[in-house]
Amino acid sequence: MTTQTRKSIFRRPEKAYVHPYIGGIVLGIILFLAFFLTGNGLGSSGATARIDAAVVDAVSPSHVDNNPYLLKMAGGDKNPFDDWIVPVFFGALFGGFSSGFFNGRLKFMTTKGPNISNQTRWLMSFLGGVIFLYGARMARGCTSGQALSGGATLSAGSWAVMLAIFAGAYATAYFVRKSWL
Amino acid sequence: MNFPLPSLVAVSAANPWTYVLFAVIGFAFGYTLEMSGFGDSRKLAAQFYFTEMTVLKVMFTAIVVAMVLLFGAAGLGILDFSQVWVNPTYLASGILGGLIMGVGFIVGGFCPTTSLASASTGKIDGMFFMLGGFVGAYLFGETEQYFTNWYNNAGYYGRLTLDQVFHLPIGAVVVLVILMALFMFWGAEQLERIFGKKDLSKEPKLRPVGAAILVAMGLAVFFIGSPSLESKYNKVKFTRTESVPQLNGDPVVNTIVYTADEMLANRLVFITPAEAFKAKYNQSMNPVYLDVRSEADYNLYHIEGSVNVPLDRINEVIPVLLTEPPANSVFIVMSNDEAAAVKAWKILVGSSIQNSYILEGGVNNWIAFFGKDDKTLRPNPNAGEDQLGYLFPAALGSRYDSCSPNPQEYETLEFEAKIILQLKRDKSGGGCG
Repeated sequence: MTTQTRKSIFRRPEKAYVHPYIGGIVLGIILFLAFFLTGNGLGSSGATARIDAAVVDAVSPSHVDNNPYLLKMAGGDKNPFDDWIVPVFFGALFGGFSSGFFNGRLKFMTTKGPNISNQTRWLMSFLGGVIFLYGARMARGCTSGQALSGGATLSAGSWAVMLAIFAGAYATAYFVRKSWL
Repeated sequence: MNFPLPSLVAVSAANPWTYVLFAVIGFAFGYTLEMSGFGDSRKLAAQFYFTEMTVLKVMFTAIVVAMVLLFGAAGLGILDFSQVWVNPTYLASGILGGLIMGVGFIVGGFCPTTSLASASTGKIDGMFFMLGGFVGAYLFGETEQYFTNWYNNAGYYGRLTLDQVFHLPIGAVVVLVILMALFMFWGAEQLERIFGKKDLSKEPKLRPVGAAILVAMGLAVFFIGSPSLESKYNKVKFTRTESVPQLNGDPVVNTIVYTADEMLANRLVFITPAEAFKAKYNQSMNPVYLDVRSEADYNLYHIEGSVNVPLDRINEVIPVLLTEPPANSVFIVMSNDEAAAVKAWKILVGSSIQNSYILEGGVNNWIAFFGKDDKTLRPNPNAGEDQLGYLFPAALGSRYDSCSPNPQEYETLEFEAKIILQLKRDKSGGGCG
């Protein structure tokens, strides 16, 4: 692997991913510490909504004032970034980057199945993002905020959300198999 | 020390370290997701074609590890579980939203946080997913008004945990979830062998050891059990300031920390009928009048707007009191005199419900204060301890004049204010919400 290390720090040798159970144990300990120290779990989709609210507030403050949902986060003297989930969001971006950096996985590429073009994959990604975040806001949390955090605190509603996520994905998998298989 | 630390439950500009702490938590989160392979959409999507079950393995390992540590710490009394954010249950919007998320998951190949790990390592599809996410969250904000009633009410159960659903001790649920997870891991490996053509002999040999440790920890949580209400009650501390006037110069302000029993002994939690009444017109607080008497007494006479929760059923409403109320709720418990109200107060305090107070002298004192001119109410000389001290011509509930005193008539009332509003974090900010 020495030949790959010569160019720049961005060409570190690519390391293998950790074993799923090890990754899970580490993630579980982080989740526990988050709850233990702050009483809050992990999450990220709330930050997406808050960044949206900040943009809307900057572009058209009067629109925020007419939207009760956005008013919960922005408008008046409220700062949409004044929530724990915002630093978690930016921390996670930087954490993902750091792991990619140290493990030699920083690379511009598109991860996709073999039978789909890059452009179609990008379109599907974008659509998936639209659909996922719409659902995440409706369910008041995504895989992190509901399934992971709510799962660990044994919230009944979060377990229902988790099962619904898996059900929705398994039910749709057959129809989008060309993306992946 | 009592965990979670009250100074860390929310970010605040007054304490910039909170931003750093949450950023560090987020960093560790993103780092772990990337190193587990969640930056690659193929690894995530493979879950739904049974070829690679990494998503399920990582997710459920994390859930059971965090769960066993959480309930272990809560059982040992280090962690106050009532101060831990538990996602409130909204069954209808949760299930529909979950199904929609599932579709987004397999169409897009990511979930929100994994798209961060992906985008930050240069994966273009991850970036598109993130972008789409901003659009999706925006669309929800724009359309929520069309179904806001459904969104906020359908299948709402408040803070509901699985032990309450199945009527099991929390430790038993912990053990069952661990066993279920282990069974799922076994099943996932079989699926990987069949659909993914994976050679299981190359898997780490220590897996059964890890499984055994998990089960042992789960059993430990089961046998530790939950801390009793009494032990939680005894740990609650109240901070009050007291200013001592000085002969020359400014008064000295002392901060005193009281236990709950000392608060009772010093009568710092007993508020006069005047203060309880005036709380209704105080913009800074949202008083909730909890009437813990029997339904019969409540029907005879109760304060306008009070909620009847007989003492023996108070445990049923605690989950609701913990989740829903706005941060500035003040709970004012009352019985005919004080005995039952004190018992109820102890349960509320032991359950970490903040801003709980007792109506001094109870409903009898309220009538003596506001209803002294009402000739239809005659004192009952035979009333025993904590019984209604009046005889009523009819069970009019809250339709006596004194049940809702006229705010203009009682515009000025002198009282020594005992309520000190303790603001907890706004619960709506928790979780992903």
